[in-house]
Amino acid sequence: MASRNVLLIFKSNIMYKPVIYRLARDFDLIFNILEAKILPRREGRILLELRGDDETIEKGIKFLQDHQVVVELLADKVWREDDLCVHCGACTGLCPTEALSLSRPELKVLFDVQKCVACGMCGLVCPFGAMKDVTLFDPFAEGRAEEK
Amino acid sequence: MSEFKVNKTFAEINAKIRQGTAVVVTAEEMIGATKEYGPVEAARKVDVVTTGTFGIMCSSGAFLNFGHTKPRMRASKVFINDVEAYAGIAAVDCYIGVTQTREDDPLNKVFPGRFRYGGGHVIEDLVAGREVLLQTSSYGTDCYPNRSYEAKMTLKDFPDAVLLNPRNCYQNYNCAVNLSKKTIYTYMGILRPDCMNANFSTSGQLSPLLNDPLYRTIGIGTRIFLGGGIGYVIGAGTQHNPNVKRSKNGVVMGGAGTISVRGDMKGMSPKYLRGASLTGYGCSLNVGIGIPIPILNEEMARFTSVSDDEIMVPVVDYGVSYPSGEPSPPLGYVTYGQLRNGEIDVDGKKIPTSPLSSYAAAREIAETLKDWIKSGEFLLGEPQDRLPSAKFEGFED
Ligand code: SF4
Ligand code: SF4
Repeated sequence: MASRNVLLIFKSNIMYKPVIYRLARDFDLIFNILEAKILPRREGRILLELRGDDETIEKGIKFLQDHQVVVELLADKVWREDDLCVHCGACTGLCPTEALSLSRPELKVLFDVQKCVACGMCGLVCPFGAMKDVTLFDPFAEGRAEEK
Repeated sequence: MSEFKVNKTFAEINAKIRQGTAVVVTAEEMIGATKEYGPVEAARKVDVVTTGTFGIMCSSGAFLNFGHTKPRMRASKVFINDVEAYAGIAAVDCYIGVTQTREDDPLNKVFPGRFRYGGGHVIEDLVAGREVLLQTSSYGTDCYPNRSYEAKMTLKDFPDAVLLNPRNCYQNYNCAVNLSKKTIYTYMGILRPDCMNANFSTSGQLSPLLNDPLYRTIGIGTRIFLGGGIGYVIGAGTQHNPNVKRSKNGVVMGGAGTISVRGDMKGMSPKYLRGASLTGYGCSLNVGIGIPIPILNEEMARFTSVSDDEIMVPVVDYGVSYPSGEPSPPLGYVTYGQLRNGEIDVDGKKIPTSPLSSYAAAREIAETLKDWIKSGEFLLGEPQDRLPSAKFEGFED
């Protein structure tokens, strides 16, 4: 069984349409809501963990896109700039999902994007700016500054 | 009259290094060696133990001389990439401190501030060979008429660039937690409320001063690995305090000894001098330091074989107690062994721990220093004077 963390963006026109339940009903995918934020009448963002076989996951994503949901793979949005990471470990105790963890006995810091829920904590913690774009839910992001 | 079975001198060890016959191990490897052979045999076999640490060291900075201008100038204000350097010294000398922020930095006005660029980043840019913008101004004198000067420069354009850190390499430190009700942003990282996480910062069993707890071999003139190049211990650091409580093995149970170091920046590397941004706190510099410890006798073998399980660390509340400045006992003691395992017990509660200094990099530094010494290029500097130390009754047994 494969697993993929995806970010779904629902623009205002489709925000209240029921589509997600069909992933389970029509595609037999297991989904787990990791994080969700709704900005009323503007857009909704849901971070979803999809589980199923690779092909079904692809089909499910295609289905969402056909229904005008913007689907982004979290792995494409969130990454670690490995050259900047000094493997200090400062991020490991604050990451809520163990996406960042210390390997033993090497004591190097591993980043597993499949466990990441884009909470943004490591972006705040890392003294060297090694964790990139980890704040998918930043209310000021992407032209929504007037939302203040 | 020696009380030791093994007695070696700096000169003897240096002679072996020159011949390429010195036995050099890291402080990690020394733990096993002493266990296997016992301290006396280990002291006979091993000549030098290398240590390492790579962590945030705020009391650091660089003396820069940017060369005389035409016409001449006695700079009274100096900025490098918008970060102010202290210019209250001679004409074209200045000192840039690593915690100095950029002029237009919003600081903590929008809390928590991000402190993206400061003196530490300038130092990193310089050793990385990147271009920086120097801007200076002056009131003008008869001998130094120039009132302003601006130039793009790289490290090689500075006649002198010296890293000179008043306090580095804290011997042991606190483990920080937060007993208050809100998240706090400190130089010990981000600490969540109600004691939900703990941060610590040193390389423990690899840390230089924890391997020579009474400063028997590390003193003024010790040659060291500094920021990827070569540097020297030039004295005790500020706040050096040998009189902190010690365990039976002589190891301090909290922040104690410190050193002041100096080295030519031109041989250093951005890998081991990295500008740091501490959210809500400020800018700083991660400094890599490695110190070789000669095994002059079996007691030094014992000291350098200290392991994480034998080093006690006080747990301190940074929510209320630390900021108040009021003396108060620590919440308890834990060992680096426990901290490294990722979880400690505070008042019956299990909390996750994060290191702030890179053990992986500390290991690399100790290994690099080992290679330098083995190759015969790096000789030990015999201290010309000792750092203030404390009494030690000797190991029991
Ligand atoms: S954003 Fe960072 S801290 Fe949050 S889950 Fe992902 S890796 Fe962990
Ligand atoms: S805090 Fe940054 S530098 Fe340190 S281990 Fe995490 S990602 Fe790497």
